[in-house]
Amino acid sequence: MKHWLNLLAALFFTASVAAADLPPDQLVKDVTNEVLDIVRQDKDIQSGNTKKTLALVETKVLPHFNFTRMTQLALGKEARKASPEQLAALTEEFRTLLVRTYSKALTEYRDQQIVFKPTKIEAGATDVKVRTEIKQSGGKPISLDYYLEKQPAGWKVYDVEVGGVSLVTNYRASFAQEIQAGGIDGLIKSLQAKNKSGEAAKSK
Amino acid sequence: MSKKIQAVLLSGIAAVLLTGCATSGNPKDPIEGFNRAMYGFNEAIDTAILKPVAKGYDAVLPTPVRTGVTNFFGNIADFFIGVNNLLQGKPAEAVSDLGRVLINSTIGLLGVIDWASDMGLEKHDEDFGQTFGRWGVGDGAYVVLPFFGPRTVRDTVGLVLDVKTDPVGQIDHIPTRNTLMALRIIDNRADLLPADKVIEEAALDKYAYIRDGYLARRRSLIYDGNPPREEAN
Repeated sequence: MKHWLNLLAALFFTASVAAADLPPDQLVKDVTNEVLDIVRQDKDIQSGNTKKTLALVETKVLPHFNFTRMTQLALGKEARKASPEQLAALTEEFRTLLVRTYSKALTEYRDQQIVFKPTKIEAGATDVKVRTEIKQSGGKPISLDYYLEKQPAGWKVYDVEVGGVSLVTNYRASFAQEIQAGGIDGLIKSLQAKNKSGEAAKSK
Repeated sequence: MSKKIQAVLLSGIAAVLLTGCATSGNPKDPIEGFNRAMYGFNEAIDTAILKPVAKGYDAVLPTPVRTGVTNFFGNIADFFIGVNNLLQGKPAEAVSDLGRVLINSTIGLLGVIDWASDMGLEKHDEDFGQTFGRWGVGDGAYVVLPFFGPRTVRDTVGLVLDVKTDPVGQIDHIPTRNTLMALRIIDNRADLLPADKVIEEAALDKYAYIRDGYLARRRSLIYDGNPPREEAN
């Protein structure tokens, strides 16, 4: 019960600080610390409660992501083949997939320490890379970098790289392959099937 | 060798032979048919043997012991990481790596405790494949090796040198050597268990996801985490 109250309190708190003019490195730091504080205290999330984790990601993390840009980035030049409706459908499905993945990663989080690297932000910059690092006992630190762009509503993340691997462009070849085989609609269907199978696995 | 292992090996080899020539025309992956089959073979072995063992190992050993084992093998690896840094023209990193070996081998009780990281000497990740990459050798085709998994042609050559110079491989007492090698494989596999679940969740096509992840990871490593950003389209 107490955890839920904390969660609620934290939710209201972020809603108020999610101001448009927060600098990107501060934004990444605030959101990371907040989310991890909750995960550290929440035994349900640690033991893999997907519903609760998804809710956390949905309310805390998603408002700071630009999924339209992410989908276009994952599609690369194939994006030109998609109609606006298809693009919207793709964005919806890709969003679900990324949120699932992110939530899964959060449930695997234990006590690793996150180091926020200093970010140089030039005056008037609209595109910034914020570097962080995950330290883990017994292992090499893993880099976790966020790419953000300035939007009217504040800074939005459009790419995330783990150990130099983009969670977005890593899909490009498989997306192109799906499109080659079944067109844009084929890709939408594959993503829907993938997301459905993820749901089915969860309800077991 | 148990019946189960034999069956897995045979079905894997059969799969390789049957699908050896299909390809979808990805320029980075000209032998995709062969690679997919070999990937299936490795997955079968992993599912049948390696993963269950790694899970048991992870469940039985308390975290400090696990960390100690990882640190022990990490310390052995640090020496050649230093050599590779030297070959890549990074003497400061090389000195740091050799400093790590000296500190951790002595006050770190044969590498079990990683004091050097606490003292600010960060652990690096280098191998001969990266050194060749640094020297300008292109990565060549993607290839999935049996047991070793994803590599490129360049990294396969690097792997041969990594194996040849592996200090554990030089141990004369065969039972000790084999025990250490097995322990290292299991420990490495156990470290990957969390990542496994995330990849399972993320991948539309696990083979392609791992391939593209491997290629991007190697590119990043060769540039020590600062590769030039590839064009968006």
